[in-house]
Amino acid sequence: MTADASQRPSSAAELADGLRGVGYLPGEATALVTFLAIKLGKPVLVEGPAGVGKTELANALARYLDRTLVRLQCYEGLDEAKALYEWNYRKQLLRIQAEDDGTAWGDVQDDIFGEDFLLPRPLMTAIASAEPVVLLIDEIDKTDQEFEAMLLELLSDFQISIPELGRIAARTRPVVLLTSNNTRELTEALKRRCLYLWLDYPELEHELAIVRLHSPGLDETVARKLVEIVNQVRGLDLKKPPSIAESIDWARALLLLGAQDLDPDTFRETMSVIVKHRTDLDTVAARVGVTLHAAAPAGAGPGS
Amino acid sequence: MPAPGASGGPSPRRADGRVYARIPDRALTGLDGQLLEFAGDLREEGMAVGTSELLDAFAALRHVGWSRQADFREALAATVAKSPEDRRVFDLVFERFFFRAAEAEASRQGVGEGSARGQAADELELDLEELRRQIAAALAEGSEAQLGDLARLAIAAFSQGEGSGVLGVDVQRIRRALGLRTEPQADLPHDDPRRHGVPREQLRRFEQQLRHELERDLIERTASLPPKRPLSELDRALPTGPIQDLAAVHRVVAQLKRRLATQGRERKGRTPHAHVDVRRTMRASLQTGGVPVELRYRPRRPRRPEIFVLCDVSTSVTSASTFFLSVLHALHDAFRKLRSFVFIERISEVTEVFERERDFRTASEAVSRDAGVADISGYTDYGRVWTEFLAEIEDELHPRATVIVLGDARTNGRPPRDDVFAAITARAGRTFWLNPEPRLYWNYGDSVIAAYAEHCTAFECWNTDGLSAFVDALMKQGPGGPR
Repeated sequence: MTADASQRPSSAAELADGLRGVGYLPGEATALVTFLAIKLGKPVLVEGPAGVGKTELANALARYLDRTLVRLQCYEGLDEAKALYEWNYRKQLLRIQAEDDGTAWGDVQDDIFGEDFLLPRPLMTAIASAEPVVLLIDEIDKTDQEFEAMLLELLSDFQISIPELGRIAARTRPVVLLTSNNTRELTEALKRRCLYLWLDYPELEHELAIVRLHSPGLDETVARKLVEIVNQVRGLDLKKPPSIAESIDWARALLLLGAQDLDPDTFRETMSVIVKHRTDLDTVAARVGVTLHAAAPAGAGPGS
Repeated sequence: MPAPGASGGPSPRRADGRVYARIPDRALTGLDGQLLEFAGDLREEGMAVGTSELLDAFAALRHVGWSRQADFREALAATVAKSPEDRRVFDLVFERFFFRAAEAEASRQGVGEGSARGQAADELELDLEELRRQIAAALAEGSEAQLGDLARLAIAAFSQGEGSGVLGVDVQRIRRALGLRTEPQADLPHDDPRRHGVPREQLRRFEQQLRHELERDLIERTASLPPKRPLSELDRALPTGPIQDLAAVHRVVAQLKRRLATQGRERKGRTPHAHVDVRRTMRASLQTGGVPVELRYRPRRPRRPEIFVLCDVSTSVTSASTFFLSVLHALHDAFRKLRSFVFIERISEVTEVFERERDFRTASEAVSRDAGVADISGYTDYGRVWTEFLAEIEDELHPRATVIVLGDARTNGRPPRDDVFAAITARAGRTFWLNPEPRLYWNYGDSVIAAYAEHCTAFECWNTDGLSAFVDALMKQGPGGPR
């Protein structure tokens, strides 16, 4: 079964179909680079603005490959003890106390630094797993450079060095995805070990397909109008442009409200779903509201 | 010219698609050689393409079908281009390289498309006005497929004879003949697509098509490749990128932050946990029956540098002040304990403005509107600035504080009061001066930088390069502070 599954995507097109099957619509480059990552056994560094589906790609990949997703959420100050492994001090201590008096020091020492006393953290879980997994290292740009350096061994050789135990090599090769919001430049060393994928906001038609997939009940014309507006809003100079996730949220909100058309009133009431800054709200209301008003007479005719 | 027969395909499995013809197989080098040459081109344009990346590229190409250019290109890009900027350069170089390679091979094999110039306008009986409209319409709609054909037609219709010999000149001549402009042309009839102006990006693409066709023509006629054109800064800039490169300033400032925070650690060595926290160790030992198995350490508080920035905004540094303000803006993003001041004749604290305003443009507008630092003459008065600064924050200066002055040290003949400045630097831990003028002009005219440089370290700095040089110098200088 494992042999069969590891052979699974035999082409980028097949992978794209598979991802579509589990509810993720990949762009061409996305499918191709992910396919290469699986085939070459290399990690992928996925960069792009927030909310374009970087994390979701890992989720979908895990679903499609039928593997467990091991996720490591990065944050400032993340260290080895939380990412790789930690010694289980309490268990070690209990072990020492349970020992008879006569036991030689050497025996105990060999014993308590064994894998039994190791608490695996996400990265170690990922490579020690008997079944191959999908490893997601989320928002790597939030960590310090030291942590990046620590990852290098794992990413290139899929092994971890533990001073007391020696090298622990991966039992199975995980598919590794690293995501970054590009808030800081990652080191060259890390980039060199990864394939690179830049996920940007999708083309209009692509996004429309995504929105329709996630809220199938929404009227097609409304959906198209929605995506057009979101596209237009992204073109404005905003603090935080709306993401794909937010257009989906918006579509669902409209569906819940039973909106038949995106007229200026509905837009004004619901735009806080996609725009989340006070000043942005004003900008969008001023710019997009006007175009909606201008378009309203033409659009309202056939609808009523 | 080598014989056409020299191109025997080495591996028939790969030879199934159209793309194969696009990658000329020179008997000597083959595809591997071509890719290496391509990598060489990328390196020339400043991309760091390592050997390991090339190996990845070859490995990746083994897994994709070559029948589609997009796949080939994406696979290559994923392995060698690792940032949006690199990707942009990659795309440009990819186009340039494979266009040239294909043309070279076509010329070698004697495959020609026939010169577009050859089919003169009279032969084609073109309605020139209609052609103008069609091209403008295609540009407005953004239909990619037609552009190539229309470019050929345009060349046939509007180019004169052999052309000027300079491609750029010919391209612009044809563009003018077509009446394509980005700005609206109100005198044209209502249904003319050119009336509202042609989208800039579209026009750029069309010009590129024109250039390609002209270049192809030239190669066919002369049977030789023109020298390749290095990418210009304009080519490189991402179309969505801002004009003022705030991102670059932010990057350098982020480095600066790290340097300031970690300075002094070299001397102490790497001792991540210095002090045992006795109280917490005792508490923890209760779990293990009073045996202190697990030592608890006092967390090492990262040193929070306190920074005071003084920024000259007078007219003599106008050209640099946008840069200075963006540095100030980035510093505010990076440091929490930062107080910033702007000065001309008087000094005014603008910390609040920058903390409140995340947007650079609004912040700089607010500073120029509200700071009220010009008094009468509008010329910088350093003496007064130092006195006011010292009076205002004398109590808050301490040996851990860093003072950074951004200014040209031109006193306009007023007393420099370097004694007051010395008092400031004596109280602060470190003082740096960033001067937007080249070192050559220092101490000429009314510049008194030498008097101040005795008490601080001065750097020339008017762009991000200078700023990163400053950051580098900070590191080399070590923890000792200014001399």
